[in-house]
Amino acid sequence: MLEIEDLHVSVQDKNILKGLSLTVPAGEVHAIMGPNGAGKSTTSYTLAGREGYEVTSGAIRFKGEDFVDLPPEERAAKGMFLAFQSPIEIPGVTSMNFLKTAVNAQARSRGEKEPTAVEFLKMLREAAKKLNVTEDMLRRPLNVGFSGGEKKRNEVLQMTLLKPSLAVLDETDSGLDIDALRLVAEGVNALRCPERSFLVITHYQRLLDYIEPDVVHILAGGRIVKSGDKTLARQLEDQGYDAVIGQAA
Amino acid sequence: MTQEMETLEEFAGQKYKYGFVSDIESEFAPKGLSEDVIRFISAKKDEPDWMLDWRLAAYKRWQAMREPDWAKLHYPRVDFDDLYYYAAPKSDKTSPKSLDEVDPELLETYKKLGIPLSEQEILAGVEPKNRVAVDAVFDSVSVVTTFKETLEEAGVIFCPISEAISKYPELVQKYLGTVVPVTDNFYATLNSAVFSDGSFVYIPEGVRCPMELSTYFRINASNTGQFERTLIIADKNSYVSYLEGCTAPQRDENQLHAAVVELVALEGAEIKYSTVQNWYPGDETGKGGIYNFVTKRGDCRGDHSKISWTQVETGSAITWKYPSCILRGENSQGEFYSIAITNNYQQADTGTKMIHLGKNTKSRIISKGISAGHSQNTYRGLVRMHSKADGARNFTQCDSLLMGSDCGAHTVPYIESRNRSAMIEHEATTSKISEDQLFYCLSRGIDAEEAVALIVNGFCKDVLQQLPMEFAVEAQKLVGISLEGSVG
Repeated sequence: MLEIEDLHVSVQDKNILKGLSLTVPAGEVHAIMGPNGAGKSTTSYTLAGREGYEVTSGAIRFKGEDFVDLPPEERAAKGMFLAFQSPIEIPGVTSMNFLKTAVNAQARSRGEKEPTAVEFLKMLREAAKKLNVTEDMLRRPLNVGFSGGEKKRNEVLQMTLLKPSLAVLDETDSGLDIDALRLVAEGVNALRCPERSFLVITHYQRLLDYIEPDVVHILAGGRIVKSGDKTLARQLEDQGYDAVIGQAA
Repeated sequence: MTQEMETLEEFAGQKYKYGFVSDIESEFAPKGLSEDVIRFISAKKDEPDWMLDWRLAAYKRWQAMREPDWAKLHYPRVDFDDLYYYAAPKSDKTSPKSLDEVDPELLETYKKLGIPLSEQEILAGVEPKNRVAVDAVFDSVSVVTTFKETLEEAGVIFCPISEAISKYPELVQKYLGTVVPVTDNFYATLNSAVFSDGSFVYIPEGVRCPMELSTYFRINASNTGQFERTLIIADKNSYVSYLEGCTAPQRDENQLHAAVVELVALEGAEIKYSTVQNWYPGDETGKGGIYNFVTKRGDCRGDHSKISWTQVETGSAITWKYPSCILRGENSQGEFYSIAITNNYQQADTGTKMIHLGKNTKSRIISKGISAGHSQNTYRGLVRMHSKADGARNFTQCDSLLMGSDCGAHTVPYIESRNRSAMIEHEATTSKISEDQLFYCLSRGIDAEEAVALIVNGFCKDVLQQLPMEFAVEAQKLVGISLEGSVG
């Protein structure tokens, strides 16, 4: 699904990613853990194609296709989804309208038929119900005045409707209490299937109690320094980054 | 500058969608303005003497007036001797009885503009109650007036003002110039002298107008000043919603437009006046475009009356326009909802005046200004509480959105209160479309062009939702089109 090869990325002329390599096969859930400043957010923004995140060398291949020069909206249409750490507020635009615009834009981009208003509403209501997203939330301006939990549920709702092949979750657990975290994780788990991969980026092991990863990678100093199964996350939690990374180095 | 922004700039080359010239021959009055020209106009319309005298008095007054220069607008002075003050399509002598009799060239012009003439609605089998009556103003003379019968049944008068002058002289004489006096301002006085045509509406007592009334204004002949005159009277406890929309063909020379709109709401009456203005704004370098100097004013003459202005201003090189309300009747209400979008080298100085004279009068002002390119966008508004306006209230909200760093947004509120019990609230914000918002949209597969339209429509929502349905859809599209290529 996703292959990252010796990726070097600089932001405002500062090298952040220094030789990141990573392969996420279809249907797998990979976690990237790392201390502050390791390059976690840079990794997610680079994958989504944000301007200002300059790939100086290396490759990103998505379903075998070179992704580096593709604009963000085309990446999205090809099945890349980024769940934001801090979802953005757009005043005056209802969540429902935003979602419909996104679903239609992606359908057009892929040369598919846009769903009718009735089809869309049916999909939306089903997905919203599972995530405990109320009708009221759908009619409120996107993320404006939403609580932390509401914002993250809204991200998962978007993910559910946009049906990506790869979902990158950027510190989705930040700012969530346990109940909200569980609800979000359930939403994510419901989307797990053999055709879909996840890259879960997190600082804490906590989220991985709910979204169980197949592989855990540790990101430090702009590259993956250690990979292992889910026990690696627990080991990090017990011993701390310094001990585990020191061990790896 | 980021790549997203650059992508957006590529759309800047977008040409004015409605730029074309229809070659219907015009019948001109001689260039320039004189008593003879005014007599020519009046004679062309077979006007009674009182109308001619009214015009001549206005002309005399106008000669002594000076063009105002207090607005934040910069443009070369208009040479008023170098303009034509009258032009009519040749076919105006034999008024067409149906669409078949209308010049096909004219119909083609409307088609290009996408104007839904009511006849087309009939062909499409639209429910009669949903139909929009159109009094189409083409180059100064109304040539198509539809749905008269339905309106006549309700007792509503909706006709060209020239027709009203001959058919309903008492009504016209009673109200014309009573809201915007002949002496009001330079452009209004000019209009009073030379107005060519426009609409006249009278809603009788207790009648709720059975349909939205709509007029499409269009400027077509080169160098012809357009001087529309509209008069709407809502008698006691009546209601009317009037829609006005405009587009104009592409021109290199600046065209002057100085319209006057007068609204009179008697006791318990309500008038809702909505405008979508999309005249040629000039090209990317600021060449050409319409000069739009408009005087619009409503008089809440009776107690419990209400006048609501909603405008979406996206066109014109120069906009000078302050739709206002005189809140004379007790408990009367005035509203002003405005979206003003300027791009490239457009300049807009627009806002409202709410003059509170009566007790417990209320006014509400919501203004959304969006500036892009090298444009300048000014909100200028006056809220005045007179000494007898006990318990009067005003709420004003002015929001500005800036796109890029070469444009300007200005808010100039004037507040005068001579009554201690009056309450005035004013809120103002200035913001930009953030890169975060843009990237968020992009990451969901929404391209930059659509993202800007989405975000700006969200910004304008409070105003857009005031528009009647058929206008709201058109206006939303217009907001997107007007800003294509505008973030930098």
